[in-house]
Amino acid sequence: MSHDMSENLPESHGSAGEVAEHGNPFADPGLPAHEPRRTDIDERAAKRAERQVSLMFVVSMLATIGFIASFVAIDPDKIVYIFPLGKVSALNFALGMTLGVALFMIGAGAVHWARTLMSDVEVPAERHPIEADDELRADIMEQFRQGAAESGFGRRKMIRNTLLGSLALVPLSGVVLLRDLGPLPEKKLMGTGWGKATQAMPLELVNMSTMQPMKAEDIVVGSLTFAMPKGLTTHDEDFQQRIAKDALMLVRIAPEDIKDDKSRELGFEGILAYSKICTHVGCPISLYEQQTHHALCPCHQSTFDLADGARVIFGPAGHPLPQLKIITDEKGNLVATGDFAEPVGPSYWERAR
Amino acid sequence: MSSASSTTSGAAKPASTRAKPASKWEAAADWTDGRLGIYSLAKANLRKIFPDHWSFMLGEICLYTFIIIIMTGVYLTLFFKPSMGEVIYDGSYVPLKGIGMSEAYASTVDISFEVRGGLLIRQIHHWAALVFVAGMLVHMMRVFFTGAFRKPREINWVFGFLLLVLGMFDGFFGYSLPDDLLSGTGIRFMEGAILAVPLVGTYVQMFLFGGEFPGHDIIPRFFTIHVLLIPGIMLGLLVAHLILVFYHKHTQWAGPGKTEKNVVGMPLMPVYMAKAGGFFFLVFGLIAAISAIASINPIWAYGPYRPDQVSTDAQPDWYMGFSEGLIRVMPGWEISVWGGHTLNLGVFIPLMVVFPLVLVSIAVYPFIESWITGDKREHHILDRPRNAPVRTALGAAWISLYLVLLIGGGNDLFATHLHLSLNAITYFVRVGFFVVPVVTFIVTKRWCLGLQRRDKEKVLHGRETGVIKRLPHGEFVEVHAQLPQKDLHTLTAHEQIQPVQLPAQTDENGVARKAGVLTRTRAKLSRGFYGEGSQIPKPTAEEHHEITSGHGHH
Repeated sequence: MSHDMSENLPESHGSAGEVAEHGNPFADPGLPAHEPRRTDIDERAAKRAERQVSLMFVVSMLATIGFIASFVAIDPDKIVYIFPLGKVSALNFALGMTLGVALFMIGAGAVHWARTLMSDVEVPAERHPIEADDELRADIMEQFRQGAAESGFGRRKMIRNTLLGSLALVPLSGVVLLRDLGPLPEKKLMGTGWGKATQAMPLELVNMSTMQPMKAEDIVVGSLTFAMPKGLTTHDEDFQQRIAKDALMLVRIAPEDIKDDKSRELGFEGILAYSKICTHVGCPISLYEQQTHHALCPCHQSTFDLADGARVIFGPAGHPLPQLKIITDEKGNLVATGDFAEPVGPSYWERAR
Repeated sequence: MSSASSTTSGAAKPASTRAKPASKWEAAADWTDGRLGIYSLAKANLRKIFPDHWSFMLGEICLYTFIIIIMTGVYLTLFFKPSMGEVIYDGSYVPLKGIGMSEAYASTVDISFEVRGGLLIRQIHHWAALVFVAGMLVHMMRVFFTGAFRKPREINWVFGFLLLVLGMFDGFFGYSLPDDLLSGTGIRFMEGAILAVPLVGTYVQMFLFGGEFPGHDIIPRFFTIHVLLIPGIMLGLLVAHLILVFYHKHTQWAGPGKTEKNVVGMPLMPVYMAKAGGFFFLVFGLIAAISAIASINPIWAYGPYRPDQVSTDAQPDWYMGFSEGLIRVMPGWEISVWGGHTLNLGVFIPLMVVFPLVLVSIAVYPFIESWITGDKREHHILDRPRNAPVRTALGAAWISLYLVLLIGGGNDLFATHLHLSLNAITYFVRVGFFVVPVVTFIVTKRWCLGLQRRDKEKVLHGRETGVIKRLPHGEFVEVHAQLPQKDLHTLTAHEQIQPVQLPAQTDENGVARKAGVLTRTRAKLSRGFYGEGSQIPKPTAEEHHEITSGHGHH
């Protein structure tokens, strides 16, 4: 070995088995003799194995024919009952099983062939160190030095420096090209669709299941209703972006049960309108426990106490759900008169805390 | 000049010393060799020796599932429309009729119900992806626990690590494409994670999504990443990985006739061509059969994505489960820094700090171990896990951490299926994150030492024969039989590294010399790895001789 060996490493490495110390019971006895298999010595066994391999290949052929037949013959909508799977698509089952058998049998045949009929004599092959020997190393180093000297890369500093400069600058074009991937954040994450509402021009809340305006008396204590701003429809071009921020979760809690004064004031007679978007990573919160007033996000289990200003009582969310101020208009419909006081959804760097 | 003279010399053919080919096959081979040089390539490889062990098949599973994924994936692109444009569903699946959805979702439903065999190919694609990542993880465990990552294979370990990470993320991008309610929730999760990055989070989010979440660009962009960018890189890495496997030759277990300087096994042609080629069909066939009977990702049941809707039991594919666990159990720490900026530690720490750490610890381990050991030699004989107790214990601790986080990621499922409190599971995982790996480390290390003692016992005293002998004075003893020499050799073939020593406190002139922090850390770690209490001294020939030649009653 060309390099120094650290003294902490055993010395026998690499030479194990080469020098069989006389009388050493642990010495390498060398490769054991090959033990013939039945198919090596019994021609009938070999014939049998040959037939078995061929049988597997034949089964594969039949399965492929079955695949084509299933594809042509079975109606894609047909549902069948297969124990213990239950009701499954007949076509998917037939295609998958025939394809599976066709492939598996080719593999099984090949492996059986290799194991029974091909030679299983183990032979050693020599390994060569990955490292080059010292002579080659010196030769290559010399060649490299010569190449480097001929290029003048080290000597002509001006060429070197300008080349490095141009190589460093040219990727900037690629970076600049990425600019139009999207707009700058600016204030986009700050506000929601409710920002259109003002004292003079309030915005009606619309029940998401009925798409009707909501009256305060229709919302009973203990209920949970989802709402969105009037004027938003599911076919709008930007519906997904809007609903990802505007979605509301309305609960009605007996006013005396509301622990947070500010929350009570933002609500209307105990009806509280919280953002439905979790402040953790933005899942919609949809599980509500009527008796405890707890709302739970099904994604990561952040739990908010809606009777206490949507304070986080469990889970990974970092701050309470924003609450939208609601009142009723002259028709008695619930309306908003402005946006949330803070951004909805997950927090981010520019968000003031 | 010479060419001119040869043309003028008449009809004589250019000289070739090669004999006339015996058959058309040989002629074709000669033709190819004249252009590609296949004979020299085949010289090293056609009868290349591969050692045989079941655990060497794990990497093959990864290779084959990767091929299956590419083939089925190409098929799926023929029908999938990576667009977020809205369409009204009018296909044969009645529950969705008349519902507005993205083209991506609608085309995935069509692949499942209108294209004959489309559902099967989708399911094969998804199942193969799960097996692919699982295969890579188990393959890496094999390589880790047997020490096959040691010199000269460290770079190939890093290639494998990159394949694992890329495979995980490509899986994530892939299952995000159908734009169903579940995968959309996954993308939202990613958006929240990006927003938690300080300074640039909102910019990255806007540029990635082309505006506010979800926008209309994310599915087409994920599509390009999923089918072109990542698979392209992976293909390159995979080829490099395989070339290195061939170049280094395979590792082998210690045994009679096996040394650091040879490789014992059977030749590539025919045995390994048949076995490995056949194994491809076995893997493909099994995955096809699984896809025939086990439904996976039934997106029609989830419905199209809407950011204000969600289902319970929202789970990522299993390989992303540990990141899900990290995010679920992290306390919601959110702090204000630099005058009114928000730092969302509750998301930032688990996903941008711990998640990369858990993964990168895999990549760097070979380099750390070789630094501690100071071992610069090539290793081709595998370690039995028991003979490297600290390494084995570290690997087991990593796995236990991974499993604890998987429990955290499925805390809702564990709660509902085992009737446990969700909060209790979460608290358990918070504590377990720190405690379970430590306990696992200790238990595994002691276990390995116990197995080493047993090996020593077997070498020195032989194996138990089960024969009970009654001695003349009435005592009963069990007869032990000496192990054959090949077993004695196999059990004692491993080397035992001794800890590196600190250089002497004073140099040869008696001047005090202080070891640096790094040197001292290294010596300390080396003692931890190989010192007393971290390995049982293996039996020596003298010990064996003394016991066997002495009063040999057992």
